[in-house]
Amino acid sequence: MTTTETPAGIGSRGSFFLGVLAALTLATTVVLGLSLPLSTEQGPYSRMIAIHPPIATTEYVAYAVTVLASALYLWPRTRQRRWDLLAGASAEVGAVFTALTLATGSIWGRPTWGVWWVWDARLTSTAILFFLVLGYLALRRVPMELSRRSTISAVAALILVPAVVVDHYAVTWWRTLHQGASLAQLSPGKSLDGAFIAAMLVGFVAMGLVYAWLTLHRFRLAVLEERADIEGLDIALEERRAEGLELAARP
Amino acid sequence: MWRDAALVAGKDLRIEARSRVTLNQVAPFAVLVLVLFAFALDPDRGILTRTAPGLFWVAVLFSSLLATQRSYAVEADDAGRDGLRLSGLDPAGIFLGKAAAVALELVGLQILLGIGIVVLYSAHLHGPVLLLGTCLAATAGLAAAGTVYGVLAAGLRVRETLLPLLLLPVVAPVLLAATRAWEAALSGAPGDGWPWLRLLAVFAVIYLAAGVLGYGPLLEEA
Repeated sequence: MTTTETPAGIGSRGSFFLGVLAALTLATTVVLGLSLPLSTEQGPYSRMIAIHPPIATTEYVAYAVTVLASALYLWPRTRQRRWDLLAGASAEVGAVFTALTLATGSIWGRPTWGVWWVWDARLTSTAILFFLVLGYLALRRVPMELSRRSTISAVAALILVPAVVVDHYAVTWWRTLHQGASLAQLSPGKSLDGAFIAAMLVGFVAMGLVYAWLTLHRFRLAVLEERADIEGLDIALEERRAEGLELAARP
Repeated sequence: MWRDAALVAGKDLRIEARSRVTLNQVAPFAVLVLVLFAFALDPDRGILTRTAPGLFWVAVLFSSLLATQRSYAVEADDAGRDGLRLSGLDPAGIFLGKAAAVALELVGLQILLGIGIVVLYSAHLHGPVLLLGTCLAATAGLAAAGTVYGVLAAGLRVRETLLPLLLLPVVAPVLLAATRAWEAALSGAPGDGWPWLRLLAVFAVIYLAAGVLGYGPLLEEA
């Protein structure tokens, strides 16, 4: 097992550039989304399409990264600390995106369906996915030996595969109140208008960049945290010893 | 593998038979859950009869949590898990044995709870084939998933609080499918229940396979 090279801090020139890019596309999404025409059935609420599908899809990407990194950690030949830390970082950001998916969906559902929540297959499977990730993140915070925690967490992360698959295909497999996959409506002649497609596509880019930026920072923080855990005691001991020597050297 | 499974299942069941924790604590708890549902829902308007399948399976789910925790708690003292690791038994056999013991306890609990919903909720049990098939498939799935997640949490200081959070979302499909299958059977339209039974069977097969393949490494880490 090789140790990951330690970054000097959580920021770097690259991540600063990424952050600026994320902020700019996010701002563009806001402007484009708010300038969308009012739809006849939903009024202003149809503008939610600029953020809700992008957030939900980014959540899948986050979990895909978690599962991939966990698998790489479990595979003995590719076992490196960094995969474990990346899996955790991505899942944490994914949980935020899942919470946002549920929140934006509810905000849209209240005026459109008349209720904050319905028990249809898509909403239910997203909620279960959310709880699965909370369980995974709780497992990662349990104090135990590092290698053991990493292995157990990596195994637990694999449950996200069926959960994401069911969540994604829920609208196809069951008759849901939630509409079908948004990406399937992008082909010409489908129900979505050009301006809506443009806003949603910019939204996808923006959420993807925000995810990458957050995960990168969380990952670097995790690397530093781990290093502080491992080396912190040695450093503290050395400092105390140096203090002692200094005191002893005084006349 | 099968011989090892029988040995481990025999060990767990013998401990339960002698300690009577399942009989004296888990079984009364399961019935108590049924009684509490009656307090929470208005018993006079037939709500209990209509929701009997769901309440039955929620009670089974809660009891299966206790049974799983118990299954690992008996090995926590005197380094029982280390002994099991050193015993040279096939890990797949250990998994199947522990799951079989939990499954057997759950079957007993389900019989008790079945009598409970007939007596307390005045439910009528129609479609016995579908009911029994659902029970068997759901029990296999619950026991297998419980044993896999139980070993993940075993030996941790926070296992009592962590296991429900890990296990309940995982077995949520079992609750859903078993409830739908039972509703179909009790309402006299068993045809609607068979797809749900298939889903339960798929769930059980997946977790049994995952346990047989992955239990060895997990037990090493526990």
